[in-house]
Amino acid sequence: MNAGTKFAIGAALIVGSVGYLMASGVKATGQYFLTPSELSQKIAVDPSFYDVGMKVGARVVPGSVTRDVATRTLTFQVTDGGARYPVVYRGVPPDTFNDSVEVVVEGRLRKDGVIHATNVLAKCGSRYEAVPKA
Amino acid sequence: MTVLGNLCLWLAFLVGIWGALAGFVGGLRGQPELRQSARHAVFAMCAALLVAVFSLEWALFQHDFNVEYVAAYTSQNLPVFYTWSALYAGQKGSLLFWATVLSLFGSLAMVFTARRHREYLPYVAAVVCSVAAFFISVMLFAHANPFRRLPYTPLDGSGLNPQLQNPGMVFHPPMLYLGYISITIPFAFAMAALLSKRLDVDWLVAIRKWTLLSWLFLSIGICLGMWWAYVELGWGGYWAWDPVENASLLPWLTMTAFLHSVMIQEKRGMLKKWNLALIIGSWLLSIFGTFITRSGVISSVHSFTQSNVGYFFLFFLIAAGTASFALYATRLPLLDAEARLESMVSREASFLFNNLLLVGIAFSVLWGTLFPILSELVQGTKVTVGPPFFNQVNIPLGLALLALTGVGPLVAWRRASLPNLRRQFAVPATVGAFTLLVMLVGGMRDFSALMAIGLGAFVLATVVQEFARGAGARHRQYGEGYALALGRLLARNRRRYGGYIVHTGIVILFIAFAGMAFKTETEATLRPGESVSLKSPYGWTYTFTHLGISQYDALNRQVTAATVEVYRNGKKTGILTTEKRQHVDALGRPTFQPSTEVGIISDVREDLYGVLAGVVGGTEQAVFRFTINPLVWWVWYGGMIVALGGVIVMWPGGTPAVRRTQAGYAVKLVGEGT
Repeated sequence: MNAGTKFAIGAALIVGSVGYLMASGVKATGQYFLTPSELSQKIAVDPSFYDVGMKVGARVVPGSVTRDVATRTLTFQVTDGGARYPVVYRGVPPDTFNDSVEVVVEGRLRKDGVIHATNVLAKCGSRYEAVPKA
Repeated sequence: MTVLGNLCLWLAFLVGIWGALAGFVGGLRGQPELRQSARHAVFAMCAALLVAVFSLEWALFQHDFNVEYVAAYTSQNLPVFYTWSALYAGQKGSLLFWATVLSLFGSLAMVFTARRHREYLPYVAAVVCSVAAFFISVMLFAHANPFRRLPYTPLDGSGLNPQLQNPGMVFHPPMLYLGYISITIPFAFAMAALLSKRLDVDWLVAIRKWTLLSWLFLSIGICLGMWWAYVELGWGGYWAWDPVENASLLPWLTMTAFLHSVMIQEKRGMLKKWNLALIIGSWLLSIFGTFITRSGVISSVHSFTQSNVGYFFLFFLIAAGTASFALYATRLPLLDAEARLESMVSREASFLFNNLLLVGIAFSVLWGTLFPILSELVQGTKVTVGPPFFNQVNIPLGLALLALTGVGPLVAWRRASLPNLRRQFAVPATVGAFTLLVMLVGGMRDFSALMAIGLGAFVLATVVQEFARGAGARHRQYGEGYALALGRLLARNRRRYGGYIVHTGIVILFIAFAGMAFKTETEATLRPGESVSLKSPYGWTYTFTHLGISQYDALNRQVTAATVEVYRNGKKTGILTTEKRQHVDALGRPTFQPSTEVGIISDVREDLYGVLAGVVGGTEQAVFRFTINPLVWWVWYGGMIVALGGVIVMWPGGTPAVRRTQAGYAVKLVGEGT
């Protein structure tokens, strides 16, 4: 066997393992990214979407935010104009979180209809620009 | 001044188009006047853009809030230091910055390219002019003109986002941009080589330093970005696999691959096609990176406002990618290798594997970054992958790469013999195995961290062995003292020993990354006098005692500061202060969301990282998050060592004899790497 063939085998091995790592990585760690409307449609058709880790991208409903600083519990509702879900999050939200931002909520929808979040990311319309003044 | 700025933009745009035409036509037809004109176009464009930058800075410093850009990113009470940096804080200004720096680099290339590479210059000028003209066209035609005036004049500007008011953020974006932008020069030389069909080893020599330069800027930019994320964002880490971070890593990976494989082409005349593809790919990835940051197409916490600027970039990316790869395809027959791989156990083979791994990592990062878009196209549902995906894929690949970092530089060219292997690797392998054993006995059980530390020790041992052997040889041959011998060794073989220093920095970075596997964290709500404890991975216990809250006004912000006393095993080690800041404008009205200032106590072993998450209204009861981040200190110093090594490799000069071997193929294979 000449060196070229051996190298081809080695290269195939590397390419194969990169491919395998990527495929298994997606399988093990991929999360649905849904809007509340998509989530409610999926749930209606397939109840197995309960209790699955996912990300929900939506807007915070203005006025729905309650914070309990002492117990570090944050509750709010999210919507995309269609469906609306309450969210409970224990932890510290990012600086940019308030009641009119877009958020990405990472967590699971439980049977009680509440999204139990493990992480909340807030996104300004543009993070590097000031909030428009009223 | 905005009139002048606008005028200069248009001037630069028209000159850019002229330069592109003159360069291509003059180059292909061999008309000296046109060639000369193309070169001059680069200088003229550069001058016009510098004046434009000057007029924007003028408007910024004059607080001319009638200019939309000035009103959007600065305010009366913004410190001068940050007013200056507002030039690239926003999308429009950063486009201007991009075009200006590109024309500046282009001019430098025109001036400093050696006489024997002058044939390439008209094409280089043409490519630089086209790319710069594209960036200017985005400003002029995509509603991204930084000189646009408002119909009214606000009393004060909105101010700069507090998260950008950090020294790291003043240097991080320009460094990263310098990296992104300077890749255009090697790309332009590659295009020039393809167009002029002069594809000998000459063009490689002409661009190697440019690639190294942009690699260096990109490395520094990425490290500064990590530092900024760590001290400013307050989530307790420095790398989150955010799309924008990934976008900066991608060209870095492919350029790193290029800087290695280029050696194979220089010495053995192999891998020509691969090297050209890497350069073109790196450049496209740098434009892709700009596209991601600018367009908001991939949801990222970094993204600017969604705007039609994205379409301009997408169009440019596709057009430039198609054109450059089409040209590449027509020149493939000229790029046949001059030698074949002789053995699997050779430096060539280990460099090839190193390249495959680097490109594999780049591919997986690109894939993960684009996965939401791809999955939506294929399945109709968006599926995202986050840090677990990137860690799961890249830790094994990274470890394999780390192993090759030790093997590659020491294994012989062409074909390594068994005695060669024994001579080179007996000691380092023993050191690696011994370190691994010590860590196991010490109680470390994390597989990846063990591998990183064991392999890291192996690589460091190879580097030390190389320095020791080289210095020893000089000592014996010239009778120099060991310190002098070491200095001369480095000075006379900058490329080789500078490379080893870069490798040392990379090993330190890997070990520091491994440290994050042992990060611990706790959250607590504390009244003054109350404390919380956290166990460090080194076994001792830290106690954090909340002393109290103080509130005061600073230059452009209201500060709520919490003071925390830190004890290690009952012994006081320091005071940690963390703040919430509410930025205000000149009239005292709040601007932006409140931002958090992290308190950090850093030492060689671990960082204590405290964040004030909130204060219960009206009381001094506060919510904290405390994190212990092992070995973070080493990330910054590892990064500095990488940069230092890069500078040594780049340092101009070197003995003529060395230069000759670098320029030709395979002159001195024996005794060079063995």
